[in-house]
Amino acid sequence: MHPAKSVIYFTTASGAGYGLMVWLAVMGAFGFIPADRPFGIVGFGLAFFLIISGLLSSTGHLGRPERAWRALSQWRSSWLSREGVAAILAFGPTGLYALGWVVLGQNTGPVGLIGIAGALMCLITVYFTSMIYASLKAIPAWSNRWTSLGYLLMALMSGAVLILVLQTIMGIGNSMVALKASVVLIALAGLVKLMYWRSLRNSEPESTTESATGLGKFGQVRMIESPHDEDNYLLKEMGFQIARRHTQKLKRFALAFGFIVPLALVAMISALGMPYALILSVSALISGIVGLVTERWLFFAEAKHVVTLYYNR
Amino acid sequence: MTLLPQNPSKVKLGLVIDLDICVGCHACAVNCKEWNTSGKMAPLTDVDPYGAKPDGVWFNRVHTFEAVDEAAGTSRTVHFPRSCLHCDDAPCVTVCPTGASYKRDEDGIVLINTDICIGCKLCSWACPYGAREYDEDEGVMKKCTLCVDKIYNENLPPESRVPACVSTCPSGARSFGDLGDPDSDVSKLVAAREGYALMPEQGTKPVNRYLPPRPKKIGDEVAPRLLDHHDDSADGAGLLARWVDKILTV
Ligand code: SF4
Ligand code: SF4
Ligand code: SF4
Repeated sequence: MHPAKSVIYFTTASGAGYGLMVWLAVMGAFGFIPADRPFGIVGFGLAFFLIISGLLSSTGHLGRPERAWRALSQWRSSWLSREGVAAILAFGPTGLYALGWVVLGQNTGPVGLIGIAGALMCLITVYFTSMIYASLKAIPAWSNRWTSLGYLLMALMSGAVLILVLQTIMGIGNSMVALKASVVLIALAGLVKLMYWRSLRNSEPESTTESATGLGKFGQVRMIESPHDEDNYLLKEMGFQIARRHTQKLKRFALAFGFIVPLALVAMISALGMPYALILSVSALISGIVGLVTERWLFFAEAKHVVTLYYNR
Repeated sequence: MTLLPQNPSKVKLGLVIDLDICVGCHACAVNCKEWNTSGKMAPLTDVDPYGAKPDGVWFNRVHTFEAVDEAAGTSRTVHFPRSCLHCDDAPCVTVCPTGASYKRDEDGIVLINTDICIGCKLCSWACPYGAREYDEDEGVMKKCTLCVDKIYNENLPPESRVPACVSTCPSGARSFGDLGDPDSDVSKLVAAREGYALMPEQGTKPVNRYLPPRPKKIGDEVAPRLLDHHDDSADGAGLLARWVDKILTV
């Protein structure tokens, strides 16, 4: 599939924003971070920036962005529509929680409960985003049981690293919780990504050129004349081939920068202590961004649409 | 509304394409473009039509495949028109977030309301058969309408009320009718020739059917490769012919 920049930004940035929002809720509601006003402004500011810029970027690849509001209407059947509705509903409790923290200086008790409700809405939104892809049977690499788990864990992992960096920079609250959460989530997310790739390697393709043409009983089928000389919309959008040539290299790159390096750096923080914590956590964040963007690029670019069976691709 | 019809009628209009007859002439694709570029989903925009990389919206694409059976030492060349199959369980319809994509209750035709389509392209990702093509110029998705503006058109003589691809096919490889009615001509044809659906494993329940190529005739009926009376030498020829032959071979 063609890896559109707008969709890569949308899924990674909004995922990280929702993940950060979840951690702001959990850390606040359970009293690990006090309702410090500057921390609230920076934390919620960053979370809302990532979420909103991600959602806006996802409308960037629409042919008719001015009609985007119509996408909210078909929530009874369409995951894309559900995602849009959930994203808007999530702004209610997360916005109230942010106000409670920043304006009232409260993040536990009733305000904390609103925060937890918001966190649940954020997770639901990320799950709906993942289902946009996981529900497409015509793209076997996506209609995979690891897809949704991967999206959820990678969102939570990005959020945990982000809140760790914020806590370290601003020196607010006990950062041990964020540190442990980061270690566990990076390891889990990396593991799920490995399982995802393993299942892609091991799965037999359900559809083949033989089943696509129904000519299998006459032998092995291949196209000998294309309907058109130049690439059409289908081949530009769904016949993307660059990634398949470099898959192994890119996978190793994504695995190293997205998971192994951040895991090592975060683990070192507890051993080396404060003077290094800042540089280590920021490096973990930068490495994680590079790795996760590569991972997401691969998620799109590597996925093969069954229509390519008609074209020998 | 992108829910599939809750009370679908029994009528399922669709095409039956005979792969034994199709000669791969592309006439169906061309006449489809001709009719539809001023039809319900008009225009079928072309981008850079006279340039180095021409591209454009087509609802029908004719491929040619080769099926090779190494063990039997046989191969077949099959021309294969590919267009929307108007699936019963159309995934392109249910993914649509706006309600632009829909399946008609009365006859099962799958259409797009291009006035509300946002061009998110999700439906084209959901279709396994590549039946939907995006119009870059208009920013909306387009697809085969089964010539809904032709088959019910009372301004046309009754014999013309079939899809453009069907009326134009010079070899009669395409039939149109109600595949929901087991007694219709098309249903009988499908039954007689063991017509099949494409990629049934995708769970889309296509309405259109393809008829397989008939078995090859091998044996006595094969045409002779060389003509018996073929004669390479000029010896048997008359005087004048031999004389001309000499001059020309100098
Ligand atoms: S062939 Fe594709 S576009 Fe046509 S109804 Fe089936 S899934 Fe939808
Ligand atoms: S491109 Fe248009 S018709 Fe297709 S899913 Fe999006 S809104 Fe619906
Ligand atoms: S017009 Fe008929 S013979 Fe020609 S490509 Fe189309 S189906 Fe085949």
